[in-house]
Amino acid sequence: MNATAAIRADGLTRAFGDRLAVDAVSFDVAPGEIFGFLGPNGAGKSTTARMLTGFIPPTSGRALVNGIDVAQRTSAARRRIGVVPEEANVYADLSVWDNVMLMAELYGVDYPTRNQRARELLDRFELIPRCGQRGRELSKGLRQRLMLCMALVSGPEVLFLDEPTTGLDVASAHLIRDIVTDLNRQQGTTVFLTTHNMDEAEQLCHRVAIINQGRLAAIDTPAALRARVHARRSVEVRFAEALPRPATLVPELAELEVAMLADGFRAFTPEPGPLAQLIARRADEQHMHIESIATLAPTLEDVFLTITAKQAP
Amino acid sequence: MNEFSFQLHATWVVAKKNAMVYYLKPPVFTFGLIFPFFFYLAFAAGHRAPPEALAPGIVAMALFFTASAVGPLVTPWERQARTYERLVTSPASLLAILAGDVLAGAAFGSVLVLLPLALVVLLTDANIAAVLPLAAGILIGAMAFAALGVLLAAPATEGPSQVMMLSNLVRLPLIFVSGVFVPLAEMPTWGQWLAPFSPLSYAADLIRIGFGEPGHWSPVVDTLTLAGFAAAFVFVALRLHERTRRQAR
Repeated sequence: MNATAAIRADGLTRAFGDRLAVDAVSFDVAPGEIFGFLGPNGAGKSTTARMLTGFIPPTSGRALVNGIDVAQRTSAARRRIGVVPEEANVYADLSVWDNVMLMAELYGVDYPTRNQRARELLDRFELIPRCGQRGRELSKGLRQRLMLCMALVSGPEVLFLDEPTTGLDVASAHLIRDIVTDLNRQQGTTVFLTTHNMDEAEQLCHRVAIINQGRLAAIDTPAALRARVHARRSVEVRFAEALPRPATLVPELAELEVAMLADGFRAFTPEPGPLAQLIARRADEQHMHIESIATLAPTLEDVFLTITAKQAP
Repeated sequence: MNEFSFQLHATWVVAKKNAMVYYLKPPVFTFGLIFPFFFYLAFAAGHRAPPEALAPGIVAMALFFTASAVGPLVTPWERQARTYERLVTSPASLLAILAGDVLAGAAFGSVLVLLPLALVVLLTDANIAAVLPLAAGILIGAMAFAALGVLLAAPATEGPSQVMMLSNLVRLPLIFVSGVFVPLAEMPTWGQWLAPFSPLSYAADLIRIGFGEPGHWSPVVDTLTLAGFAAAFVFVALRLHERTRRQAR
């Protein structure tokens, strides 16, 4: 394990009655890293995040932020983190400005600093025109932007984001992803991102961990994880006219996993190049017009599905 | 800022947040004052006692209801509004958050009780004879009642209605065993047995002394016991919150 980890989970375990929600999970997140934490519903993602932020104590194991034990020196650890919990909300009766200032005061940020930071953040999140609006008057996307402002106003070294873009409009989700990336690049903020969104994880994260049934199933860079599921490479074909049955077109496809699309199909194979050539040749022989054909590398979603399917009970 | 100063500051910020979000609303003001007013009417109807004789009881009851009115609801409201998790993952300790809740409730009760206090002094023949016991009764009583409110908020629930039921179940009976309208010495034996277990008894006693009437206990005993109640309520609330967090998902 890395001695200078920004976040360290050391055998983190959390039991609810007889059930182990998180089972001896260990990993390090390096300073300045965006770390994705993926898993199906109920896999233990949020429970792990809640132990790392000190919201719930672990049954056993330790959570450390910048070397500080969260359970032992809770306040000191929390002064270094910003948190946007899953399904959190802003104070509906406070204005946008008061919500941000309240959080800054709770973190002990002095007046000139919090005033300046609040202005900068609200400007960056395009909330300046809404400073006087109350929380209840904001849309979900705007509330989520405000929650990020509240988490960032203390200038955290480590930022915990639990499903930050779930259910948001495209523009808000895009803005949030851009700002998280900028924060990480410009200020070196470490980000712990819990998400269901594989594209988001692939786009933002330097490394990802996949948790399944409370256990860490994989941890690596997205590229390295994709390389593990070589068999999930594929050929995607789209036709201009009526879609043939894949096995009619190429009998060899009967041996492969094939996913049907609206105007074509995707066939999974470790050797997509030769298969693409074969499909193109057979289509030509049968006078079928191919609109597009492409060989595809496995996505993080393929990795996720492969890993979680292997471990399904 | 050292840890103690930091948590003291956090207590102040939480109290300020509660004042802004939960207390400065018309229904909260009226709730704290209407209850004691109607209790007074219910008691005064059919009794020949002059209004000034009931003045200490009115002030004590108004203080009790205002200081403990919102405290039981703050945590359930925060849980329901999904603001609780972020608050408790801030660097403010659980003790600082609870102390902030107590401070807000006590300040609210202490300020609002000035209205019935002014009314009974201006409209009846009641006179303030001893400022110190009266001030102690109001300030420390408000702390104890606000702490009781915080304790009532401790059970893990998102439903404010459940907490209100528990709150009324605990608070309303206290009115009848605390010598609010009848001096403790004149209460039936069972009432005199139960009175020492209610913080309202000690606050009412101090306020009664403040209005120049004889007290059941000495002001020092009243003050120390009220402070003890406040500390005990916060301690138990802290333990209950910690237990809830240990069991949280």
